Amino acid sequence: MKKDIILAGVGGQGILSIATIIGYTAIESGLSLKQAEVHGMSQRGGDVQSHLRISDKEIYSDLIPHGGADMIISVEPMEALRYKPYLSENGWLITNTKPFVNIPNYPDLEKLMEEVKAIQNHVAIDADGIAKDLNASRSMNMVVLGAASSFLDLSYEKLEQGIKFIFGKKGEKVVEANLMAMQAGRDFAERYH
Amino acid sequence: MKKLLLLGDEAIAQGALDAGLSGAYGYPGTPSTEIVEYIQRNPEAIERDVHRTWSANEKTSLEEALGMSYAGKRVIVTMKHVGLNVAADPYMNSALTGANGGVIVAVADDPSMHSSQNEQDSRFYAKFALMPALEPSNQQEAYEMPFLAYKISEKYNLPVMMRVTTRLAHSRAGVKRREVLAENKKHLPENPNQFMLLPAFARKKYKHLLSIQKDLVKESENSPFNKYFDSTDKSLGIIACGLGFNYLMENYEDSKCSHPVLKIGQYPIPKKQIEKMTSECDEILVLEEGMPLVEEMLKGFLGNRKIKGRLDGTLLGYGELNPQIVRQALKLPKIPSQAIPEVVAGRPPALCVGCPHIDTYKALNSAIEKYGQGHVFSDIGCYTLGFLPPYHAINTCVDMGASISMAVGAADAGLFPAIATIGDSTFGHSGMTPLLDAVLSGSNVVIIIMDNDITAMTGMQESQVRGRIEQICEGIGVEKEHIRVFVPLSKNHEENVKIIEEEINFNGVSVIIPRRPCIHVFAKRKKKN
Ligand SMILES: Cc1ncc(C[n+]2csc(CCOP(=O)(O)OP(=O)(O)O)c2C)c(N)n1
Ligand code: SF4
Repeated sequence: MKKDIILAGVGGQGILSIATIIGYTAIESGLSLKQAEVHGMSQRGGDVQSHLRISDKEIYSDLIPHGGADMIISVEPMEALRYKPYLSENGWLITNTKPFVNIPNYPDLEKLMEEVKAIQNHVAIDADGIAKDLNASRSMNMVVLGAASSFLDLSYEKLEQGIKFIFGKKGEKVVEANLMAMQAGRDFAERYH
Repeated sequence: MKKLLLLGDEAIAQGALDAGLSGAYGYPGTPSTEIVEYIQRNPEAIERDVHRTWSANEKTSLEEALGMSYAGKRVIVTMKHVGLNVAADPYMNSALTGANGGVIVAVADDPSMHSSQNEQDSRFYAKFALMPALEPSNQQEAYEMPFLAYKISEKYNLPVMMRVTTRLAHSRAGVKRREVLAENKKHLPENPNQFMLLPAFARKKYKHLLSIQKDLVKESENSPFNKYFDSTDKSLGIIACGLGFNYLMENYEDSKCSHPVLKIGQYPIPKKQIEKMTSECDEILVLEEGMPLVEEMLKGFLGNRKIKGRLDGTLLGYGELNPQIVRQALKLPKIPSQAIPEVVAGRPPALCVGCPHIDTYKALNSAIEKYGQGHVFSDIGCYTLGFLPPYHAINTCVDMGASISMAVGAADAGLFPAIATIGDSTFGHSGMTPLLDAVLSGSNVVIIIMDNDITAMTGMQESQVRGRIEQICEGIGVEKEHIRVFVPLSKNHEENVKIIEEEINFNGVSVIIPRRPCIHVFAKRKKKN
């Protein structure tokens, strides 16, 4: 088993929580893991990515090679496309559709979505909208994780445990909201194709 | 025991703790910051009361570490690569004084300059100082190496460098812990001259340092971190240092490389293994994450053509390595991949919405508009982003503290107005001494100390000058009437512009302190407590 995943977003959007939960689940499942993060300058509203590698064999490189990623999981549509060189031929792209506009030259959203849809294996999800409808607008990232969950080859129950483990300190309500958000993302993805 | 999921930086910290650490010193700097931060929040470190505070800068932190070593205890000092320039004086000299309690100088390099102003390679410093260095290729090695580092450090009475680079520093993986060693008891150096570098003593110590170099090479030849993997196809031999090894193995299914490979994780470089490889292989490819240190040594001034790497263009001459760059150097078929779609725009980092620095720069821009461009010397921190549109507020960023010294020099050359903008933490790091120069020479400068109550750029560490900036400036000799404080908020814009104008028109040293916390301070403090 091997899953190479690029997580993408903008500094401050919470991609590291997604990485932490998948990482927790992988370790609980007895797999090896490497997860390269971005710290420093880019966290100030710049583009950030995390390379998450899971395998039942030894993992060498902390970085995924170009053309090697099984999945791109992005919380922002333009950021999803930035990492296209990493995507393998049959790789999946799972992205939130809500743009994060903090630059003056943000491209036309329709053009972006055309590019997303040009990738055959994709799921485009309005994760902000879904989270808002659930009264859990801060759990947008968990909706995206949910949408990706069925492609991960990891046990869904273990992902749920991961959420409980990571958010447990913040109280029952926060855990519930995040569990709901992940389920909603999963349901959406199952209906998508 | 269950594996811990640790960043490379955190693995170094956990390794040092388990190898009997008594104190951690350092100054924040990406990608080194998480070493001290981990020790600061680690329950066992807190329980043991391991010393774990940030110092004013890298030089003071390295000297404090030497003091702890003098008293017999094991210590680690951490910094980013450019921080070692600041600490270079004590670093070079510590090779002569040596260590009593074991010393690790942990330096994190940033090839490709993700968050830095250059990509210098700290292994050159280790070689320059004639000091051993360890370079992990994965998190487990990052954890194991401090054990060996302290052993060597106490065996040869010599500090040891640990060098990591960004991708390992900030990558997480499972780490298995070892049995925890006890801390050293306090004990003075056996030789009372050990830390005395009067020339007569220093000459002896230098001879001694030279004389043990052959032993350090032996240590490297026998090191568990230098491994020779022999193989059949000797048309090429590969020397892979640090992360270079990972990118190499990534390109071979099931770790089956058909060429002999020498993996290097301990310096000085192991002579025996290198001799074996150079005599047996037709060509040698050197993979180093950083500048071509080993490659240059092997190639020599006359340029041995057998040696391939960054110098002959087999690999890119700059920037970090990655699997595809190494793949190309190995002449393996390219993995098909697609381009970034053209619609994708760059997203550079930017000042946060609501950042206090924005209001300061707006006021500054209004106050100096009439003088035209080219008057503002700046420094390193979030506020450096004020160079970018729409602010265009500053003209320089060189090294920490240079804003003030450069404004002084420019004022000496007749530039008016000459203005410096510097953050509170940067001021504590290296701003006080140039301010003294300014006062002593009566320079006509305006120094704006942008006090956002924290060291923001590196992830919210407490600033050492917190709550005492005015006293420091007054103590250095800035006139009290010309130390002005304002609150950078748009509603105060007119008033703030006026303050800046008044101080520009004062012929002498003025300090202006725009004071408003970074918008993330409260959340961060709440989380830490
Ligand atoms: C010699 C050296 N040490 C450390 C750093 C890393 N570094 C960059 S900015 C910064 C601190 C900035 O803090 P401050 O001056 O308070 O400005 P802020 O980011 O809070 O605006 C540090 C430590 C560096 N670039 N050079
Ligand atoms: S982190 Fe703080 S100081 Fe840095 S840009 Fe954001 S608000 Fe400003």
